[in-house]
Amino acid sequence: MKVLVAVKRVIDYNVKIRVKPDKTGVETANVKMSMNPFDEIGVEEAVRLKEAGAATEVVAVSMGPQACQETIRTALAMGADRGIHVLSDAELQPLAVAKLLKAIAGKEQPQLVILGKQAIDDDSNQTGQMLAALLGWAQGTFASKLKLDGGKALVTREIDGGLETVELTLPAVMTTDLRLNEPRYASLPNIMKAKKKPIEQLTPEALGVDVTPRLVTLKVEEPQKRQGGKKVASVQELVDKLKNEARVI
Amino acid sequence: MALLVVAEHDNKALKSSTLHAVAAAAAIGGEIHILVAGRNARPAADAAAKVASVAKVLLVEDAAYEHLLAEDIAALVVKLAPNYSHVLATASTFGKNFLPRVAALLDVAQISDIAGVVSPDTFVRPIYAGNALATVQSKDKIKVISVRGTAFPPAEAQGGSATVETVAGAGSAGLSHFVGAELSKSERPELTSARVIVSGGRGMQSGDNFKLLESLADKLGAAVGASRAAVDAGFVPNDYQVGQTGQIVAPELYIAVGISGAIQHLAGMKDSKVIVAINKDEEAPIFQVADYGLVGDLFKIVPELDAELAKRQGS
Repeated sequence: MKVLVAVKRVIDYNVKIRVKPDKTGVETANVKMSMNPFDEIGVEEAVRLKEAGAATEVVAVSMGPQACQETIRTALAMGADRGIHVLSDAELQPLAVAKLLKAIAGKEQPQLVILGKQAIDDDSNQTGQMLAALLGWAQGTFASKLKLDGGKALVTREIDGGLETVELTLPAVMTTDLRLNEPRYASLPNIMKAKKKPIEQLTPEALGVDVTPRLVTLKVEEPQKRQGGKKVASVQELVDKLKNEARVI
Repeated sequence: MALLVVAEHDNKALKSSTLHAVAAAAAIGGEIHILVAGRNARPAADAAAKVASVAKVLLVEDAAYEHLLAEDIAALVVKLAPNYSHVLATASTFGKNFLPRVAALLDVAQISDIAGVVSPDTFVRPIYAGNALATVQSKDKIKVISVRGTAFPPAEAQGGSATVETVAGAGSAGLSHFVGAELSKSERPELTSARVIVSGGRGMQSGDNFKLLESLADKLGAAVGASRAAVDAGFVPNDYQVGQTGQIVAPELYIAVGISGAIQHLAGMKDSKVIVAINKDEEAPIFQVADYGLVGDLFKIVPELDAELAKRQGS
């Protein structure tokens, strides 16, 4: 069984982002970039499937500028077998990414596609569900547990009220939540080995996908800053303030 | 122009999250319809008909919708969508699960997690864990929108008198099946609708110590939440998690106990009206957003606060 994993290059989660003064977006020049944390969990899950003998091949896919190859190399160093890079300098919105992934799924015929539940840059939480819809496949989103059983996948999902388990007919799409696993750090020998693994490069045109954005960003601004920082000295004072100043208890 | 709000419900009742999506629909303007798809969902449909500013309720009764599986709900909504300019749902795990499927099948973009309405085609949405706000304009004919509940005060649950119309379902594609659910049972209010939330972080040190917070929560009529660190450590279940990728909350009062205040956590609670932070590290970033910070050992402060509240309630 082949597993496809989608990985996105995003601003590292530890970076405090800055809005550009001209309000066109967020500063990305000279900013540390990393693999989207939810996608790392996706790669880890795919590699574990391979290690357990359930998957035969793990293919990592990324889309965007040339630098996305670094993100694919990270996935290869974690244990993915090969990479596919869709080169594009255009803004790729979730619907376009889902269409590109659909085209790649058509070529690769995976039984399972794993994506992070959301990217920590645009916080859209869309691509996995869109891909599943376009392929006409089942989906298991926000997964905290996966069990493969013949032609089925049992996915336990983190939902607002607790946990829910669904049974999906394969092929299917799964999106990861935080508790699915703890991604490994790539070892130095594996990082070296990853340099020799193949990365195929494609383009949206070659895949026959129109990636024109459907949403136009008119402006990006900083939110209002919260005025915090006041301290109280005692529990008594806190309760007094909550009662008489803030009037919330 | 008519707008379709997809209701979140448990067949017996409407979930309060739906009221936030109705409020967002009202902010856009137009005739509001609510879709209640379920099994024996007439009580939920009757509740939806009472929501202020709702003109019509579409009730779809089919065993296929009992567990609101994304594949089947999406197919139904896609069937109904051409009659509408906007399709909305609250960005709960229910809305997040099925709505992008609807958008993809309609070949339109989804506008996720809107926090403001500028015009019927232009919306404000937080990105980068709420550290930036993007104003986006949709070029699509049908706008598919998930709504950040905390940004829109709920529509009145009473006062409306919409008609309930029964509509045929679209059946099940049989792609997925519901196996089971483990739902947290609690007498306390839900996180997203609670007026007060008491949240614990890594500093709580164990799940057992959350009893301290539960006692406090009981005195305040509060829900109990947690940071990712506390959930990852196994102190409490996943549905307690407040943050960028957990639940987004904005109660009147948020009490953060032993939470350092990573940006991912702040993203989920910084719109709370009043924030209290209790932490032994006075450099913790949580204090920068707190209206009232109390530096010290939570294992001393929380029982003291509990006793103080008990005393005042008794008097």
